[in-house]
Amino acid sequence: MDKSTFEDRSTITGAMHAPLPHDSAHKHVAGTADYIDDMPEPVGTLHGALGLTDRASAEILEMDLSAVAALPGVVCVLTAEDMPHANDISPTHLHDEPVLADGLVQFHGQPAFAVIAETRDIARRAARMARITYRDLPAAIDVADAIAAGGEFVTPPLTLARGDAEGELARAPRRLKGRMRIGGQEHFYLEGHIALAIPGEDDEVTVWVSTQHPSEVQRMVAQVLGVPANAVTVNVRRMGGGFGGKETQGNQFAALAAVAARKLRRAVKFRPDRDDDMTATGKRHDFLVDYDVGFDDEGRILAVEANYAARCGYSADLSGPVTDRALFHADNAYFYPHVRLTSQPLKTNTVSNTAFRGFGGPQGMLGGERIIEEIAYALGKDPLDIRKLNFYGDKDSGRNVTPYHQTVEDNIISRIVDELEASADYRARRAAVIDFNRSSRVIRKGIALTPVKFGISFTLTHLNQAGALVHVYTDGSVHLNHGGTEMGQGVYTKVAQVLAESFQIDIDRVKITATTTGKVPNTSATAASSGSDLNGMAAFDAARQIKERLVAFAAERWQTTAENVTFVANHVRIGEELVPFTELVQQAYGARVQLSAAGFYATPKIHWDRTTGRGNPFYYFAYGAAVSEVSVDTLTGEYMVDRVDVLHDVGRSLNPAIDVGQVEGGFVQGMGWLTTEELWWDEKGRLRTHAPSTYKIPLASDRPKIFNVRLAEWSENAEMTIGRSKAVGEPPLMLPISVVEALSMAVTSVADYRACPRLDTPATPERVLLAVERLKTQQCPSP
Amino acid sequence: MDQSSGSIRFILNDTEVAVSDVAPTATLLDYLRLERRLTGTKEGCAEGDCGACTVLVGRLAKDGQGDETLAYESVNACIRFLGSLNATHVVTVEHLARKDGRLHPVQQAMVDFHGSQCGFCTPGIVMSLYGLWLANDKPSRAAIEKALQGNLCRCTGYEPIVRAAEAAARERPSALFDPIARARETVIARLKALRQDKTIVIRRGEDCLIVPVDAADLARVLADHPDATIVAGSTDVGLWVTKQLRSLNPVVFINGIAELQRLESSEAGLTIGAGVSYTAAFEALSAAYPTLGRLIERIGGEQIRNMGTIGGNIANGSPIGDSPPPLIALAATVTLRSSDGTRSLPLEDFFIAYGRQDRKPGEFVESVFVPALPAGERFAAYKISKRRDEDISALLGAFRIALAPDNRVTSARIAFGGMAATPKRAKAVEAALIGQPWSEETIRAAQAAFDTDYQPITDWRATSAYRLLAAKNLLMRFFLESTGETAQLRRFEEVA
Repeated sequence: MDKSTFEDRSTITGAMHAPLPHDSAHKHVAGTADYIDDMPEPVGTLHGALGLTDRASAEILEMDLSAVAALPGVVCVLTAEDMPHANDISPTHLHDEPVLADGLVQFHGQPAFAVIAETRDIARRAARMARITYRDLPAAIDVADAIAAGGEFVTPPLTLARGDAEGELARAPRRLKGRMRIGGQEHFYLEGHIALAIPGEDDEVTVWVSTQHPSEVQRMVAQVLGVPANAVTVNVRRMGGGFGGKETQGNQFAALAAVAARKLRRAVKFRPDRDDDMTATGKRHDFLVDYDVGFDDEGRILAVEANYAARCGYSADLSGPVTDRALFHADNAYFYPHVRLTSQPLKTNTVSNTAFRGFGGPQGMLGGERIIEEIAYALGKDPLDIRKLNFYGDKDSGRNVTPYHQTVEDNIISRIVDELEASADYRARRAAVIDFNRSSRVIRKGIALTPVKFGISFTLTHLNQAGALVHVYTDGSVHLNHGGTEMGQGVYTKVAQVLAESFQIDIDRVKITATTTGKVPNTSATAASSGSDLNGMAAFDAARQIKERLVAFAAERWQTTAENVTFVANHVRIGEELVPFTELVQQAYGARVQLSAAGFYATPKIHWDRTTGRGNPFYYFAYGAAVSEVSVDTLTGEYMVDRVDVLHDVGRSLNPAIDVGQVEGGFVQGMGWLTTEELWWDEKGRLRTHAPSTYKIPLASDRPKIFNVRLAEWSENAEMTIGRSKAVGEPPLMLPISVVEALSMAVTSVADYRACPRLDTPATPERVLLAVERLKTQQCPSP
Repeated sequence: MDQSSGSIRFILNDTEVAVSDVAPTATLLDYLRLERRLTGTKEGCAEGDCGACTVLVGRLAKDGQGDETLAYESVNACIRFLGSLNATHVVTVEHLARKDGRLHPVQQAMVDFHGSQCGFCTPGIVMSLYGLWLANDKPSRAAIEKALQGNLCRCTGYEPIVRAAEAAARERPSALFDPIARARETVIARLKALRQDKTIVIRRGEDCLIVPVDAADLARVLADHPDATIVAGSTDVGLWVTKQLRSLNPVVFINGIAELQRLESSEAGLTIGAGVSYTAAFEALSAAYPTLGRLIERIGGEQIRNMGTIGGNIANGSPIGDSPPPLIALAATVTLRSSDGTRSLPLEDFFIAYGRQDRKPGEFVESVFVPALPAGERFAAYKISKRRDEDISALLGAFRIALAPDNRVTSARIAFGGMAATPKRAKAVEAALIGQPWSEETIRAAQAAFDTDYQPITDWRATSAYRLLAAKNLLMRFFLESTGETAQLRRFEEVA
């Protein structure tokens, strides 16, 4: 028995809180990380392509697919009638989302058939050979059309109200109304949607799919095929990005691949090209926000009324919870003494919009921050002062209840903002910016500090659960499986760190395995920033169970008490003896101790009643703030982001390297949403920005030229989360609201900072220039 | 047909391959992924915009001394046709790490600095950074950003990637560590042996792929096939194939023709062969016309600039091509060649109408001549796009004026892209300037003339109103810059 303590390291590699590289980093850079299209295909694999319609709203009178079927290499053509059991993949069970359009076209590009062929190239060519005859129906493309057409909802709207907003607005010393258009966003995951279905015995089918929600793909495939869920196994090792775009949108490809695979008894793969992917799958919702705010002469908000109208597309998808979350974040970090917020989830003849990092929260928050800007420019004050005046207060301030009646108990926004204000030298730089603008004719600068407070938990309470499956093998290696999916955010790495920490073994002893519905069932989507919180806890629970058994065994075998058994770096200290972990495991196996466990976790404390608009939908809040400085060319509207400073709260970070990456990446992605990423539909409802040649996500040269990101190292989650960490996926996306406000300031410099430029987003160079022109003419009516 | 003329032969990593059963529009990416199972190279967009498919292509070229050197360039495998690869060395991400799994310094830096998240763009980014690593051991931030212009990453926000690039540049283990350095002499010898000495013709069913040996051969081939599609960099034609699924037949590849790679500078001006890529032309053009250098830095990404040619940008006649407006303002001429001989015409006359150029069947663009800017004349070109880099112009204006000693405008040539169905002169604006004093009042008066010259359309890149307003303001920028005022944003002062 090894009793030496000298040559052993006293700590393990890859414990919780260590800045470990992503578990697949080596494979990523070597090109050996397999995405689904990289996996060896089963012999005889067939390939599918979608047949897209080209009307926004129409009845299909005739669909002539003879030319499609006749192309050599085409094996079969699927239409709605070929769905064996149900032509339905609506995730909220409203039966409003067919796999393939059945007689009715509800958006331009809606798939009406699918081609299965020997090669992907043949399938793509054949898909363009259909002759479809339509009878056009009225179409509502955007929010304005939808309202004009009577404002049909895809899902019931929500109202959040507290106090007497109407009365207080009427009584307020000052009152402002405005409107803001907030554009949507394409996910632009680098790996597009893909599904590979392999038929099995009886009614079985195995599906490899790029999805954030394997359990839902399983449900949908089973529903479409008319087989029990236990016949369908869904696997996903990694996605090449998700961002919410693969929460529900992969269902269609998986369902079609599975239907074809069952029908043809061959493996079938669907990999839409980028244009079809962007045309036929949902995006971030665009919103039209109408706000009405009452405030006092100092800038303290007295009452807010706001309506958030969203372009939801033709079906509900996740528009209900998305528009709800917009309202949940319309307050951002500010106390509204009297408030009434309403949502309008409008039906439009566009692709059904879906989850996207932030899930409506960013749009809600952006509207709230516009209100702050309005007040600041109306009073001629620094917007930061208006922000501070309106922050939620501490426990006994009487200013800590949200519009949904949850008390904010973990408020650290003031500390975050004060520290950032100092470290970024905000005040002096703002003075310098104003000074610069006095002497610069064409180039103007702007600077802004904006905060983020983001609620963590699925607002649908039952989704806040997770499972994990952990095996310890007799060689001391550990097999880890859980319900979280890996899309680059590092959840696999973080959960592996939890296991390494729990067992006190080096992380390379932990094998991370592909998420599969066969090992951990009934999982929630990896979404709502919850992946590490939920699955980390579930894995922790599984490890706890195994450790308890090992401890009980060791105490008995070594004739000591459980308190004298502790896990230390790759060993277990049992009384005075140091036993290698592997050896204890082998002995436990010999004594017939179970070395496998299923862990489970359900988030405590949360509840939400949508009908009354009251509850505690969030377990806790994540906080952050950013200062952005920009330069604007007032002749063309072109701009540059010169410097950004971020201070962000992730509680006690499970992995600071990964978390900083999430903050940096979230910032740039959010900045893209707010600046250059513009979705453009023409009058026929055709999305004309459906590839990177026309849709512009940020490049390396768009990122802030100076980019200082820090985590609030002093922060610890007040709640009992895994390692006292906080979720990090979504909150940073809203930090670049500071970029829009900095652009605003540069724009309004042409009007001596007295008018709110009311920049809509995305604030493209065009919108910036037109705002400059608008303000110039307001200032001096003569040309 | 003998075997040597019927195949495309190149080196793939360390294996020599000969492809003889190939469609004229077969892409390198499909070949790598489907036929060679080299799946490290990814498809992200299939249009040369995202860079997930980036590989390096090495080819022999003569340096200043006339010696043959082997130079590697990053390219987009998704729109690179196999037919363009004869006598080249294709290097994919699989070639970088050692057999024992040890990573190349560029890859190791990407791991150490957390440069990958989802990892899908990563092989392409590694290859772009590897191209930079080979070419530049002290890259500035400007150079790094330029090398990454053709690579989209949706996860990281790029900061860790840029840090990795900086760190990797300093890592220079022994030359033997680098796969390209290790094999350089062997590869040069093998590529010389692979060089074609006669026309390559590959037939496959109805399809036909032709790689002429030289310009005379090209003229002959086009005389026989006047309807052939000529492919130089395939940055445009590639999309006809990957996006529009067009069948092209026959396809003639001209990127290997030495005479079309001419780049000659004289006192009279610069002659640019039709096969000269943006990258190859960059130094000469940016020395002669600094604002043109800055413009070229914003055309596509590095991979596109390595593939795309000025000749192709002219020949395809796009109303939003970035090179025609400045070349028209500089009074460039274009030379066309066929089996009947050559003819030259002013570039502005080449563009007849949308989609219609003055190129007769059997003719090809041989070269473009850019006259030197006479002393004392001012020239500038400005591009406006939604995203600063790697975007298609919403509009692009090029301005050239000459002033008399009394500060009156003696001549003006102004041309715009994105404002009409072709690249087009702003003759009314020019007329409003000529003879007037070079002053803000003159500019303000001349701005109105844009309404006469252009009635731009509204599309996803910009509205008609913005295009007109920005065009007018660009004239003001040109004026203000001539007076020394700062009227343009620059991320970096130096040209990368």
